[in-house]
Order: sequence, then structure tokens, then C-alpha cells
Amino acid sequence: MLHEPAVVEGKDYAIGYKMRVGVIMFVLYALVYAGFVIINVSNPVKMESIVFSGLNLAVVYGFGLIIFALILALIYNGLCTKKEALLNKKTESKEGR
Amino acid sequence: MEILSVVLFVFIVLLVLVLSWFFARRSKSASGYFAAGGNIHWSVNGIAFAGDYLSAASFLGICGMIATVGYDGFLYSIGYLAGWIVALFVIAEPMKRMGKYTFADALDSKYNSKSIQLTAAISTLIVSICYLIPQMVGAGSLVTPLLGLPHAAGVVIVGSIVIFIVATAGMTSTTYVQFLKGGLLVIFSLVLVFSVMSRGISTKPDQGGKVPFQKSVELTAMESDGVMQVDGFKVLDEKDIAGVVLVKMVPVDSNQNLTGPVAWWKKMKSPDGIQLCETQFFNINANGEKWINGAPASEENQLLQVGTITKIRGKAGDVETGPVGPFKFLAIIGDKNSEIKRWKSVSFEDGDEQATVYYPVLTSGNTIMRPGLKFKVGGTGIERMEFISLMLALFFGTAALPHILIRYYTVPSAACARKSTIVAIAAIGFFYILTMYMGLGAMVNKVVNLADNNMSAPLLAKSFGTFLFSMISAIAFATVLGTVSGLIVASSGAIAHDLVDRFSGVEMTDKQKVRLGRIAAFAVGIVAIILGIVFKGMNVSFLVGWAFAVAASANLPAILMLLFWKKTTAKGIAASIVVGIIAAIGIILLSPEMWVRYGLPAADAPLKFGQPGIFSIPLSFITLVVVSLMTQKKTKSA
Repeated sequence: MLHEPAVVEGKDYAIGYKMRVGVIMFVLYALVYAGFVIINVSNPVKMESIVFSGLNLAVVYGFGLIIFALILALIYNGLCTKKEALLNKKTESKEGR
Repeated sequence: MEILSVVLFVFIVLLVLVLSWFFARRSKSASGYFAAGGNIHWSVNGIAFAGDYLSAASFLGICGMIATVGYDGFLYSIGYLAGWIVALFVIAEPMKRMGKYTFADALDSKYNSKSIQLTAAISTLIVSICYLIPQMVGAGSLVTPLLGLPHAAGVVIVGSIVIFIVATAGMTSTTYVQFLKGGLLVIFSLVLVFSVMSRGISTKPDQGGKVPFQKSVELTAMESDGVMQVDGFKVLDEKDIAGVVLVKMVPVDSNQNLTGPVAWWKKMKSPDGIQLCETQFFNINANGEKWINGAPASEENQLLQVGTITKIRGKAGDVETGPVGPFKFLAIIGDKNSEIKRWKSVSFEDGDEQATVYYPVLTSGNTIMRPGLKFKVGGTGIERMEFISLMLALFFGTAALPHILIRYYTVPSAACARKSTIVAIAAIGFFYILTMYMGLGAMVNKVVNLADNNMSAPLLAKSFGTFLFSMISAIAFATVLGTVSGLIVASSGAIAHDLVDRFSGVEMTDKQKVRLGRIAAFAVGIVAIILGIVFKGMNVSFLVGWAFAVAASANLPAILMLLFWKKTTAKGIAASIVVGIIAAIGIILLSPEMWVRYGLPAADAPLKFGQPGIFSIPLSFITLVVVSLMTQKKTKSA
């Protein structure tokens, strides 16, 4: 039933790196999200402007926020996985020696 | 009541119960019961996250709100999804590394503090109950059209089944129920959206020829010396309710004999004189009897479903687009020359009767497809602040919901916690895009129930046939079951693990802890049933917005500061949780919406707003910083 074996996690040497990248990406997304909220309260009519294919800014920005979240998430995972493989393997091999 | 609906409903419920029974054997230990043994695969956990998160609020509430107020409902989709960014980038991995069974474990990992154990457990209980209310309200809404049972029966059925699931198998069965339901919900929502696109948009929606389109009646009236006259009608009364002028009339023949029931009409000024629009209405008389549209309420005599587009890109009359693509669908509805007929309501006392009148309002497409119909983003300072406050609470609330946080303990590693969050973002994000199409589809297909917009998506499915309706409704019901199960697991963990075991220090064996968890699940389930009946009729997404505000205010500042500020102390965390809860709930209890619940006029509420996040979240942060700074020495000496 797709159960993974219960494992005891070893030390993760990539924690610091992952936290830094996470915070940067969080701030980046928060700024884009804040932009959406600010446009809505400062100039709500602007949201009616057509951007492409008859879709207005409200729809494009709204859908864009959802898609942007997924793109950032995938980039974050790629970076974290790479760093985990590099740092944890390097440290393990040093400890092994 | 359709046989197929009942069969599918019973099938889904039995499937859930069988899963619970099957997994019950894995829940003998505390780890098995509260955290599914910590060995769920990340991909299963990711979809289960979606199952947990795509609750009645997402499916029923958001679609219902989009169907009645357009883009404003979609703001919830945006906010709910954005919250996962906080969960992924900041919370997921540390939460997995620090905790064991509950959210309080993680907060208390550095301190072993009684005050954190107590406040975090109370916070978990309060947030879970706030979140439980809308789920139970959603269950009641679903059961009425599906099984022909009253609202309260739906609430009791869900409560009883969930108590059984949680009391028998805990987190393992809850995870697989969520996995199954999350997957089915996304798949069948896609089928529904595909059906909406294939049908296209029509000014005379007839549900694929099944329900003939009925045009609403409009009359022209004359007024002389303040007396209004309408051919074929006798005017009985005229009322101005908060700017909405309603006229009470009865049809008569040439001899002034009554030929039909009394009805309310909405009066409007037009270039040709006075125009009267047909309304729908219900009255509750002194004996408590309910009358709908001038006749006693019955299974046959109910409020008619509404929601039509009256002009497609400026063209009125009999216009049909045929099948449309996803971009074109949104472009047509959002066109400034398109016109949607929405419905609003007013309630008032009419003699010794309580009357509610629903009247049509024509709204242009460009207004529908931008914020402003519910949240007055272009309105007063308070109204704009309400909007910012809501968006803030949605953004910060997700990562502070106890039933979401405990799912990080069901996977084997921090990397799995991260990966399962990404799967969740993909599934949830995709579903939220679909909500826009389901909501707008309901808005123009004449399927909106005036008395309860929560049913818009299932009723849209019904317009495509009994199978889709039955399937969507059964999944929606499973949605409620799954989410309520997760919330009750979180609550029972807070009681058995945080309060009794850790805070009170009662020595318990693993077996006793699980037994206590089951008893706690039963008690929380009973509370949820009672609240689900009391809050009948409120939009479930709106209610969930409050739960997010309480979670974001009580829990998030504590989690974030614990991770990122070294001077954080146990007392600072406990104080911020208490202040966050009191501020958020205090604002909600004094809000205009709650004043209406108390049976008082909304205008008399002490506060003019009801979204607490903008005040309560910063207040909780400030409290944590101030108290932590004040208790630095004590922490060091300890």
C-alpha cells in the first residue's frame, strides 16, 4: 500500500542552505502576492484591463499566482535535492574515511 | 431522491468504513494512531494533503461564492493556495524534524514548557473547532438534495461516521480516505469543467434540454398622485427596505376578483416609466409555517434555481455560443458588454410574518470578473482593510492549521515532507483553477439555490445528469468526512497527548493513550455535530476564513519566531498564542456577521468589521517579542 519503511533520519548538512533558499523564495512570492492585494485596494478598476485573449488582469494575475507557486516549489525542490545529495554524500564519505 | 444518488452515497460511505476497519490493526500504538506510524509515502501524503485541504469550504463554499459574487469567491482560492508557499518554504521540514505527534510537540521541542503544552493544545482545539463548523454545515447542505433528509440529519450522519473512523483507526485510515477522496475530487471536478465547456454559454440555459427555460416576468406600471397602477394587478403595499423598493401585489380580473397568490415585485425606474421585476420570496407566519412564492412550502414548491447571462458580448435574446475553450469561457463572461443576472435578498417584518425577498440585479461581465462585489475593495477604509485582513489570514493561516501540520509526521523524513507539500501544491492549485470554471458555470446555468449557495457545484453537476451529480455529491460528502476526520485526529491528539500526557503528566501506557485519544475523538465529534446544526445556512468558505484568521494569529507567529529568532522564549510563545486567540476570536464575536447570528441588527455590532487578521497577527508577533525580551534573564538562569 505504498508504505515506505520507517527510517531514522541521519544528520542533514543542507539545513542552513535550504532555510536560506526557502526564505528568499518566500519573500519573492510574498512580494508578488502583496502586489496583487495592493492593486486591488488602490486601483480595483485596473483589474478589468484586458491582458491577452480577452482575459483581464484579475484572472491572469490570479491564475499566475497559482502557477508561480508551483514553479517556485519545483525550483526549490530541485535546489534542495541537489544540495542534499552533494553535502550529505560528501560528509558521509569524509566520516567514512 | 434518486436511487443512483443513494447507491453511490452508500458505496462511498461503506468504502470509507471498510478502509477504517482495514487500517484499525495498524493503530494499536500511539505512533500508529496519531501519525500513521510515520511511514506514508510522500506522494500518497501529498494527495492526502490535498484531501485534507480541499474541504467543504473549497469545493462547496468557493464555488458557491463565485456563483453568486463572481471573482471575489476566487480570492479564497488564491489565498488558500498561496498559504502553501509559507508551508513549503518555511514550515514543512523544520516541523517534521522537531515534532512527533502534534503541533505542540514542535513548538515545545526546545523548551519542555508546561505553558507551551497547555496553550498550544488549547489553540489546536479552538482552531480545529472553528474549522469543523463549516465542514458540518457543508455536510448538512449536501444531504438535503442528495438523500432528501433535513440539514440536521446530514450533520448527525457525518458526525457519527467520522467518530467511527477516527475512533477505530486514527491517522492511517484518515490518510487513505483523504488520498482517495482528494484524487477523486480533482478528477471529477475536471470532468464537470469539461462538461461546462462543451455545453457552452446560453442566454436561455435549459440544462441540455431537460429543464425548459422560463423567462422572468417584467411589468410596466403607471404612477399618478403617488398611486401606482398596474394592469391586471391590485397594489396592496409598498416598502423601501434599505433602498430596495418592493411592491406587494395580487393578480385580479376585470371585476377585481383575485386570480392568483399575493407576490412581491421589485420596483425600478426606467426611461419608459416604472418597471416591476418578478422576485422570489418566502414568509414564515406567526404559526411558524413557511410559505414560498405565495404557497405553502413543500417538496414541489421550493425556491426556483437562478443564475443566467442575459447578454453575451452585448447580444441579448436567444444567443448560444456552442462549445468554448477555457480562455474564451472566461473572456465571454468577463466582457464588459456581457450581462449577468445575479440575485440579492432583503429580509423584513411584514405584519406578523417574517419575509425574505430575493430580487434580480443585472451586473456587467467586467464587474463580475474583478474583485468588488463582496469585498468592497474600492469602498471605505474599513472595507479595504477587511479585504487586506482576509488575504493576510489566508496567506498565513494554512501553515498554522493543526490538521495540516500533523500530516508532516506521517512521512519518514524531512525531504519527504517537502516533496509531499509540492505534490499538494500541484493538486490543490489545479483544483483551485477549476473552481473558477465550476463557480461561473453555476452562475450562468440557472443552478444556484437561492437559500443555500453552497450547493452550486453539485447542482451544476446535476444539470448534466444524475450520475455526475451523485458522484460529485458523494465525493463532496467524502470530502467532509475526510476533513472532519483529520480535524478530530488533531483535536484528540491535543487532548490525549498534549494535555493529559505531557501537560498533566499522567503516566499512560501506549494503549491507554490511544484509548484516551478515541474517547476525545468521540467528545469533539459531538461538539462538532451541535455546532454544525447551529450555524446552518452560512457560507462555508466565509466561516473557514475565520478559522484561518484564528490559526494565523495564534499559531504562526509562534512557529516562525521559534525558527528564526534566537531570543524567543517559552513564555513569549505561550503569551503570543493566548493573545492571538483572544484578539482573533474577540474581533469575530463582536463583528456584524456574529451580531446577526445573535439575532441582533448588524448595524448595532460594536465593531464594523469581522476579519481579524490585520490586527490579531501583528499583535501576536509583538506580544511574543515583548514577552521574550522581558523573560530573557530568567531563561538564561534556568
